[in-house]
This record gives sequence, structure tokens and C-alpha cells, in this order.
Amino acid sequence: MSDTNYKPTSAFGRWFDERLPLLTLFNGHLMQYPTPKNLNYWWTFGGILTFCLVTQIITGIVLAMHYTAHADLAFSSVEHIMRDVNYGWLIRYIHANGASMFFLAVYIHIFRALFYGSYKSPREVIWILGILIYLLMMAAAFMGYVLPWGQMSFWGATVITNLFSAIPLVGESITQWLWGGFSVDNPTLTRFFSLHYLIPFLILGLVILHIWALHVPGNNNPVGIDLKKDGSDTVPFHPYIVIKDLFALVIFMIVFAGFVFYAPNILGHSDNYIQADPLVTPAHIVPEWYLLPFYAILRSVPDKLGGVILMFSAILILAALPWLDTSKVRSAVFRPIYKQFFWILVIDVLVLGYIGAMPAEGMYVAIGRVATVYYFAHFLIILPILGFTEKTKPIPASIADPIFTGSGNPAFAKKIDKDLQ
Amino acid sequence: MSEENNNKDKPTRREFIHIATTTVGAVGAGCVALPLVTQMNPDASVKALAKVEVDISKINKGNEVTVMWRGKPIFIRRRTDEEVMKARQVSLKELKDPQKDEDRVKKGKDEWLVMVGVCTHLGCVPLKQQGEYGGWFCPCHGSHYDISGRIRKGPAPVNMEVPNYEFVSDTKLVIG
Repeated sequence: MSDTNYKPTSAFGRWFDERLPLLTLFNGHLMQYPTPKNLNYWWTFGGILTFCLVTQIITGIVLAMHYTAHADLAFSSVEHIMRDVNYGWLIRYIHANGASMFFLAVYIHIFRALFYGSYKSPREVIWILGILIYLLMMAAAFMGYVLPWGQMSFWGATVITNLFSAIPLVGESITQWLWGGFSVDNPTLTRFFSLHYLIPFLILGLVILHIWALHVPGNNNPVGIDLKKDGSDTVPFHPYIVIKDLFALVIFMIVFAGFVFYAPNILGHSDNYIQADPLVTPAHIVPEWYLLPFYAILRSVPDKLGGVILMFSAILILAALPWLDTSKVRSAVFRPIYKQFFWILVIDVLVLGYIGAMPAEGMYVAIGRVATVYYFAHFLIILPILGFTEKTKPIPASIADPIFTGSGNPAFAKKIDKDLQ
Repeated sequence: MSEENNNKDKPTRREFIHIATTTVGAVGAGCVALPLVTQMNPDASVKALAKVEVDISKINKGNEVTVMWRGKPIFIRRRTDEEVMKARQVSLKELKDPQKDEDRVKKGKDEWLVMVGVCTHLGCVPLKQQGEYGGWFCPCHGSHYDISGRIRKGPAPVNMEVPNYEFVSDTKLVIG
């Protein structure tokens, strides 16, 4: 993988590298690292996500310098950041919208993996590390949303922490332990602040493992086949992928800046500009947009414990995906039926998101239930069966193979078909 | 190794030391974890606020006041005679969490309904005099409660909780 003949050019570099081979490490993983030459723009979101994480950490550290984690002071300290602190408005809007952009990028990243089968052998551990990162992102986002201590903060925290009260026998003790009291209050706020500060660094650690695990088998690619050993299918990470990632990042930052400067509150909820009041629940509680599909699943079950179990299962089922998808063909490019089911799943998740934002009544409940059942059916029924029944298209022998002219390698395709039977 | 294990059933000295060391280490780790975990439980200052006194002399029939207790709203409703009648006519078979209205109030104080005004689903505060049963309605996920605070329809699993309270005089109520 890394160029073992690498020698830093400067004398100091050589001196240092012999004592701590940091430069060799960077050279191997950020310069020479061989990447498939057919990676498309859907593969740029790994770099974009790294940018998002760093942005959140930097803006977050700055915000913590001005924020006061106390139930009586938090709300006004956030207004203080918005009005008094130099560029406080900018830093806070970057941080708040940065969370949304982070999730936008992670959803594209996840659906890219679903489309191109990036979770399949030998990349299961990369995938599971990714799910853990995603779970921590949700925890960080939820706790961060509580910190301004507005109405949505307070009641969002109340509803989510009450999910744990559904656990039989110990549920009430667990929620009181989470709260540090008998309801969401100052002790809850201070511990959420502490954990909100911690989690990004846990994510950073997992990201390093995620990349490490990625660099063992190397990137998957749009064709989804293993690369030839001779290196004719790859290009070095730098400059080819670095420049491509940077270009995509610039486009992404334009969208990001569009939100920050022109619609900074469009993804938030106006109720959060009202200070938390434990006696008044807002008429319509909704989580942030990126949690809506799971909220819809929670609400589609008429039973408290059942709803909570189903909601957590919806996320955890993803971790089992490498074993639920029985097809040996990775890329949906060669799986005509799976490709259709993939897009149905995308629509299904969008429908769930829409339902999650609507009141839980009438038709919305019915649609939510159908979409919930379909979501689970996709992973538990469709994918396992499809691997055995689907007739896949011929797969090229290599990336260099003239796939783009439409002539695959029939001999190789036959072999795959045989493997499947 | 100087101590050959000739008798296979007998653990060696080394095995014994491994197990003993690991056990002592695990107990130590548990002892350290305990304060780190329990520090998150409600602390003394939170528990100290566990009682609240309410003057109920100014509440007329058909009215309701909300007071705070342990950070939660407590609904104190002085029900009208019709409301009490209505609550008692309900057959227990219709209830998701069967409980007589008599068991939710103090004997001889049937008009006074005192309960924690928190939806048992996910903790929102239900709205009074709304919903299909003339009691409370939770706007979050659509739970309907009757005039006795019992769950009738929606995702909430049980009736709204009745806290510990007592009438210390005709005009004074102590919750907690």
C-alpha cells in the first residue's frame, strides 16, 4: 500500500521520520494510497464529512467559550452569542447549519454505500464503524439541540429521554438517572453539555479507525469488483482524488454558505426561540429533519415499548446488512432488480421523513405504518431473497475492461452466476 | 516453567495468581465505576425540593390549577359533581389501565383530582378540557385521557400518575 522506498526530501524530515515515521504514514495514506480510477462524485462525501466534523469541532470549541450551561442562563447566553459576541451570529449559524449539512452528507454517503454494495465482504467492519459514527452523530446532534434551552430543546429532550422509560422494570430509574432529577432540568443540561463536547472527539477516533479499516482492502468502486493486483486499475490518492474531493467540497461549501447566509433558520424550529417552559408543551413537537424518518417509525406503533424497540431496530438493522444482503455482486449497476428496490427504499425513507414532520393522525398514521413495514421488509425479506433469485448482468473482469462500450466479460459473469447457485 | 502441571485437574500456581489478580482488579474497577455512575442520579439538592404546599381555598368547582413539583406540573382539579359522576359511570372493561375513579382520589374528597400532569407516553404536558373524553389531550402523540386522568385512547400505556399527597387542612394540600 505505502511506498516503502519513501524518503523525506529534507534532512530534518529524514531525521524526524526515522524517529517517528509520521511522514511515511501521511505519504502512504494521503499521497500514494492507490484508489480505483473510476471513482465518481458520490465518493467525495468521505472527504466532505471530514470537513464537516472539523468545522463542528472548531466552531463548537469557540461557542463553548461564550455559552453558559445553566438552565437559567443558557437561553440568554445563546442570545448573547447572537447579538454581542464578535461574529457570534456567524459562528453559531455555521455550527447549527453545520449539523444539518453533516447529516445531509452522511445520508448521501450511506446511500452511496447501499447502491454500490460498499458494505459487503471484505468491508463489513468499515460499514459497522460507520454505523457507530452515525449513532454518535445522532446523540451529539440531539444533545446539541438541547443546549439553547428553548421550547423545542426542552420538550425534545423530554420526549427522547422518556423513550428509555419504556424499558420494563428499570425504565423509570434509568430516566431519572439520565435526568439527574425527576424531570429534564439543570442537571440534565449540564451533563448534556459535557457529553456534547466529548462525543465529537469519540467520532474523530472512530473516523480514524473507519479510514484505517478502509485502507486495508482499499476503496470499493462504481463497478464493485476487486481491483487487479498489478495496479493498472488505480491512481494515487494525491493529486487525483485530492483535487476531485476539493472540487466537490467547494460546491458543497457553496450550498453550506447559502444556508448560513441566506436561510440560517429555515431548518430550525421557531419554537426554539422561546425559552424552555416546563409547564407548556408546544402544540406540535418535531425533531430536527434528519431524525424525522425514525420519529415516524416510533409514532407508527400504537404501543410505547414496541415503538421504541422498532425505532432502535431501524438503525441497528443496518449493522446486520452485510449478512442480510445475500448477493455476491456488489454494485447495483449489475443488479437490475436491486437497483429498483434501492430507489424504492430512498423514496420510502423520504416518505417516512415527511410523515415524521406531520401530526400523528388520520391518513398520516396509515401511510407511516405502510412505509415502516416496507422499510423493514426491504432489509429482512427483499434483500435476503433477491440475492438468490436476481439475474445479474455480466460483470467486467477489471475496471480497464471495456465496460463502457457495453461488452462485459461473459466468462466472468457466468462464474459469478455459478457462485450464486 | 519450573512448576510442571502433572495433575491436569489441579490448577497451577500461575493460573491461580492470574484468576486472583483479575478478580481483585475487576472488583476494584467496579468500586471505581460505582461513584462515577451514581453521581448522575438525582442529588441531595434535587431531592430536598421533594415537598410542596398548596393553598386550595381559592379553587372553585370546575376549575383547575397547575403547580410545580419536582420540576413537573401537578394538575389540581376541583371537579364538578357531573364530572365525578361521569368518571364513575365508566365500566372498567372500557379502560386500557383499569382503575376505579374512587382509587384515584382521597376518600371524602371525591371532587379533588390531584395528579402529575405528564403524559405517560413520552412526558409531554396534556392540555386540559380537550380530547374525546372530556379530560385531557396530549398534543405530542395523541393520547386522550378522561376526567379521572385515565388513558382512553392513544399510545400512552397507563393512567396519569397520582402522586403522594394529603390534605393537612380543608384549605391546604401537601404534595410529596
